[in-house]
Amino acid sequence: MSSIAEQFGREDWTRHTPKQKARRFGTFAACAAAIAWALTSIEVIWAWVWDSPEQMGDLFGRMYPPDPTNLGAILRVLLETVNIATIATAIAVIMSLPVAYIAAQNTTPNRATLWIGRLILVTSRSVNTIIWALLFVAIFGPGVLAGIVAIMFRSIGFIGKLLGEAIEEIDKRPVEALEATGASRFKVIAYAIVPQVMPTFWAVSILRWDINLRESTVLGLVGAGGIGIILQGAIDTFNWPEAATVLIAILVLVILGEIVSAFLRRRIL
Amino acid sequence: MLKITDLVKRYGGGDPVLKNLDLTIEGESVVSIIGSSGAGKSTLLRCINRLVEPTSGSIVLNGTELTALRGAKLREARRKIGMVFQGFNLVDRLTVMENVQSGRLGYISTWSAIMRRYPKEDIRRAYELMERVGIAHYANTRADQLSGGERQRVGVVRALMQQPDILLADEPTASLDPKTSEQIMGLLRDLAGELKLPVIINIHNVTEAKEYTDRIVGMRYGRIIFDDTPAQLDQDAMDRIYSGSPHADRAEQTVAAQ
Repeated sequence: MSSIAEQFGREDWTRHTPKQKARRFGTFAACAAAIAWALTSIEVIWAWVWDSPEQMGDLFGRMYPPDPTNLGAILRVLLETVNIATIATAIAVIMSLPVAYIAAQNTTPNRATLWIGRLILVTSRSVNTIIWALLFVAIFGPGVLAGIVAIMFRSIGFIGKLLGEAIEEIDKRPVEALEATGASRFKVIAYAIVPQVMPTFWAVSILRWDINLRESTVLGLVGAGGIGIILQGAIDTFNWPEAATVLIAILVLVILGEIVSAFLRRRIL
Repeated sequence: MLKITDLVKRYGGGDPVLKNLDLTIEGESVVSIIGSSGAGKSTLLRCINRLVEPTSGSIVLNGTELTALRGAKLREARRKIGMVFQGFNLVDRLTVMENVQSGRLGYISTWSAIMRRYPKEDIRRAYELMERVGIAHYANTRADQLSGGERQRVGVVRALMQQPDILLADEPTASLDPKTSEQIMGLLRDLAGELKLPVIINIHNVTEAKEYTDRIVGMRYGRIIFDDTPAQLDQDAMDRIYSGSPHADRAEQTVAAQ
């Protein structure tokens, strides 16, 4: 029997066979074609792209200096924005617990509940907060309530999914040990599962609060309460100096949120 | 008294792991079960507290038929069976006291369990047992801060907190160094005497089995092929227990059947 080297010669080696090369080239070509097609299908008015630096300068010129006359109202609404995010996160965290429990393969009571759990997660996650907000503005009318419910709906999927995955990754041996002591299902959860997912629980809750803070600033654009309403109003009335104040306020809020969540993460985890 | 009759356990459709096994354990004896990996020692132990569901046969502990129990009745029976695990199976993020008290979970209300409000006599008993095994000063330490030997002591105290009628130990020393391993074996033997408790220990270390237990049961591929005092375990018996492998046994049986 001849060795591979003897069959093919000692100086020839290629990483890919000709067939593989052809397939790789084909894949690249297909990707390039997809991008080219995407570019042709969207109608870009190039004139607007080219004069955008000029427009930007113009906008900044109209925004400067920011107008602080309405600052009191802006700060009050900003606080409302924080409250929307906080309340929605708190409720979502609590509501996502049972969802995570039934969506995790190792704790769900049966197949049906597993699919119900996953359905809730997918529904919640596949719809953007703004879309939820549009929906709830139609149901509850414009205002804070629609915003809270919208953020809540989106957060349940996010927290539930990550928490469910944490439950699936726990060490099963303590669970077995506590089952052996004759503890009920609920006590086994409280003693063997809860302590193991606690770190994830806090990390995910803080992260989601952080995200919700940003999301609640745009809710006002669809009438679901918060700072966005003032921003929308300022833009609609071409009151650019006030719009600038609102944007700066949002920026400060987001930075503060970042600092608070970083602090909480350090303290709790 | 624990009486196992005609116990069969089959996983899926394959060969049974336990084949018509009979075993009776009376009084307060310390019994060790030896046998190579895959002989069915762990399965046998887990059938007793039903962490593994027996396929057929009967297991009677102090007059209660364990194989037929379900739900609340099963949990009630499990309270009376303590178990010590090879990997300790502690909840790492809880304190030693919480881990120890989790042995009482079957007895206390859900609310007290969640609020960590344990009955006074349970706390007293926990301190007594922890002092007995030398871990009382760790009561408020998280379980993952302890060394292997200390963690297994927590495991033993947790099982004893159940005030069990029988103690099952599934290779309790396999994750420990030789010296700690002997300490734990000594502890199990002494506690069995002090608490008048029958103990069944799965173990790989035959020397320790001989030294610390009153009776040795040798298993090979789902059957008990040796059951006597440690003195009777001679080289011949050892060879019979440990020769071959489950795979070889299976091949042998196939040949015999043809």
